[in-house]
Amino acid sequence: MSKFNKKRGKTTPAISTASLPDIIFMLLFFFMVVTTMRDAELKVQVRTPFATELTKLEEKSLVNYLYIGRPMQNFQAVYGTKPRLQLGDKFATVADIPLFLEQHKIKVPESRRGAITSSLRVDGTVTMGIVQDVKTQLRKSGQLKINYSAKKRPDMSR
Amino acid sequence: MSNELNASSMADIAFLLLIFFLVTTTIVEDKGITVRLPPWSEEDPETQRLKSRNVFSVLVNAQNQLLVRGEPTDIRDLRERTKEFISNPLKREDLAEKPTMAIISLKNDRGTNYETYLQVYNELKAAYNELWDELSQRKYNVPYSDDLPTAWIKEIRGEIPMVLSEAEPTSFGEEN
Repeated sequence: MSKFNKKRGKTTPAISTASLPDIIFMLLFFFMVVTTMRDAELKVQVRTPFATELTKLEEKSLVNYLYIGRPMQNFQAVYGTKPRLQLGDKFATVADIPLFLEQHKIKVPESRRGAITSSLRVDGTVTMGIVQDVKTQLRKSGQLKINYSAKKRPDMSR
Repeated sequence: MSNELNASSMADIAFLLLIFFLVTTTIVEDKGITVRLPPWSEEDPETQRLKSRNVFSVLVNAQNQLLVRGEPTDIRDLRERTKEFISNPLKREDLAEKPTMAIISLKNDRGTNYETYLQVYNELKAAYNELWDELSQRKYNVPYSDDLPTAWIKEIRGEIPMVLSEAEPTSFGEEN
């Protein structure tokens, strides 16, 4: 019966790599989707505190980020160690907030502007003074929806 | 000679892109405590007389110590005390008349640590979340979440509204 020994004695064929690109592309798309480009280089140290009652920020395009923390080591010679505000990729003062909000707002379609959230990424060691100033400025600018960025507390038993 | 396109370099190109995205990726946990700030107004807010039994005052000083209704309290007891104040299960004279009248007043110092402040806020929010959850279990037999029908959420929130008023902070402590 030649049916069973047809391929005997032949060299093994090379493994087809034709599907390899597909697999890689799949991985690629996965990472492209979950990626959020680091749009700003952090100049302040931000280690957000832990909390339990968290809500997730859904739409990234409707969120602007305000960072508050102590300047990184290499900026301390110029900016000191007092907590500073960072907007976009540079140090800023509270007075720069309205312009920053406006710049973000014009990129958002008009119908969605009410849903814009300001994410406050604040270092845990900072005192409330600067946070309060930022909050007051946000209120004055009419940006009332804010989110105190926090990490999920690992153990549930407090 | 076959007329097929040589696709063997496709994998390399895809790999290159993949590695690029791997490097630039930060799977950020964009989570936090969402708060709605009160609108700004230049005028002084009109003073309201409230019955002191309906007000649950929480003060945090620059040493990160808590003063709840005039007595020093540990942050671990804050959630239970808040819940008891709002729901007032024993109908005590010194706690809120009913949940709709309860007001939480939070006041901190400019020298308070942000971490402490957020923890206090977290506990107060947790107290409300737990009360909402209990009510939701009782009424609809489901745990409270934002995915419930809007009418139910409205019903629950109408019965126990979250009223948290933040006073202008004091500035006794040192800021740094």
